[in-house]
Amino acid sequence: MTPHALFLLFAATCLGPSVTHAQDAPLVADVSENLVAITTGFTGKEILLFGATDGPGDIAIVVKGPSRDITVRKKSRFGPIWVNRQSVTFRDVPSFYRIASSRPLEEFAPPNLLSRFQIGTENIRLETADDAALSPDDLKVYRKSLVRLKTTGQLYDEGLGSVNTTSNRLFRTRILFPASVPTGTYFVEIYLFRNGTVAAAEIVPFNISKIGFGADVYDFAHNFGAIYGLLAIALAVAAGWAASAAFRRA
Amino acid sequence: MQIYLPIAEMSVNVFLILGMGGAVGFLSGLFGVGGGFLMTPLLIFMGVPPAVAVGTEANQIVASSVSGVLAHMGRGNVDFKMGGVLTVGGFLGSGLGVWLFSILRGLGQVELVISLSYVLFLGIIGALMLRESLPGVMRRRTGAATTNPETRGPGRHTWIHGLPFKMRFHKSKLYISAILPLAVGFLVGILAAIMGVGGGFIMVPAMIYLLGMPTQVVIGTSLFQIIFVTANTTFLQATINQTVDAILAILLLLGGVIGAQIGARFAVKLKGEQLRSLLALIVLGVSLKLAYDLVITPNELFSIAAEIK
Repeated sequence: MTPHALFLLFAATCLGPSVTHAQDAPLVADVSENLVAITTGFTGKEILLFGATDGPGDIAIVVKGPSRDITVRKKSRFGPIWVNRQSVTFRDVPSFYRIASSRPLEEFAPPNLLSRFQIGTENIRLETADDAALSPDDLKVYRKSLVRLKTTGQLYDEGLGSVNTTSNRLFRTRILFPASVPTGTYFVEIYLFRNGTVAAAEIVPFNISKIGFGADVYDFAHNFGAIYGLLAIALAVAAGWAASAAFRRA
Repeated sequence: MQIYLPIAEMSVNVFLILGMGGAVGFLSGLFGVGGGFLMTPLLIFMGVPPAVAVGTEANQIVASSVSGVLAHMGRGNVDFKMGGVLTVGGFLGSGLGVWLFSILRGLGQVELVISLSYVLFLGIIGALMLRESLPGVMRRRTGAATTNPETRGPGRHTWIHGLPFKMRFHKSKLYISAILPLAVGFLVGILAAIMGVGGGFIMVPAMIYLLGMPTQVVIGTSLFQIIFVTANTTFLQATINQTVDAILAILLLLGGVIGAQIGARFAVKLKGEQLRSLLALIVLGVSLKLAYDLVITPNELFSIAAEIK
């Protein structure tokens, strides 16, 4: 669990009860599936996030995929051709990111809170690994490019999904994962905003992992690379021999 | 029908992959080439990560070379001794190639090096083939009969024949230094590992013009050593980089086998020079396309990659 997620759990347990009535949890939420399976026929998947609050308020939801270090490279001219020449590595970047809310964010959440809880693609914290010799303006360009490329790859969405609310108590939203979704542990962070502050927060983890034949192939390839390689060669030799035998008969 | 490729980590249409395998197989059957130089760029163009395209293509070439070599063995067109020496060089070369590949991948330059190798080698080979085959086609058109001005082959004496460690290759009717085929195997092995090809399109001219081997044993011997070099590449890519997608390889193979069968039937109907100039045009086309992509201002200057740990 990331430090940020720990902080949220802390916020959910301490901050929550002090702001609202103590007897009930002010915010509960869950997802329709705790495990999204990437099988051989996987083309993407939609899951449902739902929950309840103890009264009126605005809901903001952030879905984050497992963190990875990501290198952003920039091409520039080198003689007649274009070559990757500069690069910046960002540490612990969410591999997947979505937001959704019950109303446009600026109508209920102050910018400092959006920034602190990293709500919105422009608020994702992107720390460089080595604080390279780049000016802040240049870094900003790299940050923007990372978000833009992630968005093109359908892994980030700069748009705001909608959260449906019923009688100021129940809420739900759908989260769509494309076929290229990274595997690992995901966290859905749910924030209940009241009077411009976070009244309660909840975090729901779930997993996306490869299941079945494809997963076995992947695990085998990564854990027993040498045997996998030999099997791949054996398979190819057998296929080539079979093809040649079939040719001769034809 | 979509299928999720576990190593490439993407979902592809089964029929698209089978079709690609079939089309490239058709061309390889038609021209008697492996087709790796077409398939690898196609896979990369489709969005398969370059590392996976190269590793998987090496695996597929093992299969197509095995089926090719069996046909040539039946006709006694394989020089096993020469193939063996080339393979030793090829093993070392492809080992170095896979190692270079993972370093370049870490530096973010692997795509550039793949593209540059393709532009350079396909450009040279394509231009040479076109130059050699076009006059033939023209002559046939005009009806003029001339003799082949090229009188290359064994018998010439150059510095090459002064090298030590001479070996006798009975099948190829050669008595040359073992350093020569070792070096050829080594260099082609490096390129094969980096470019995701068998390297036949470089090996075959090198065997004819550099080693002076008789034409009838060239293809079989080249295929024979390609089996071992691509098997070595497959093994090393699987062990070091985990970039061999067996599912993708099987799909490409299925299409390729059928395509090659049809291509070989068509080849009988076309004349040798026509075939070679057509192949030359395809090779040059791929080279020019990749060169163009390197030179024009890209729409997107930035790219992202998850750090390899």
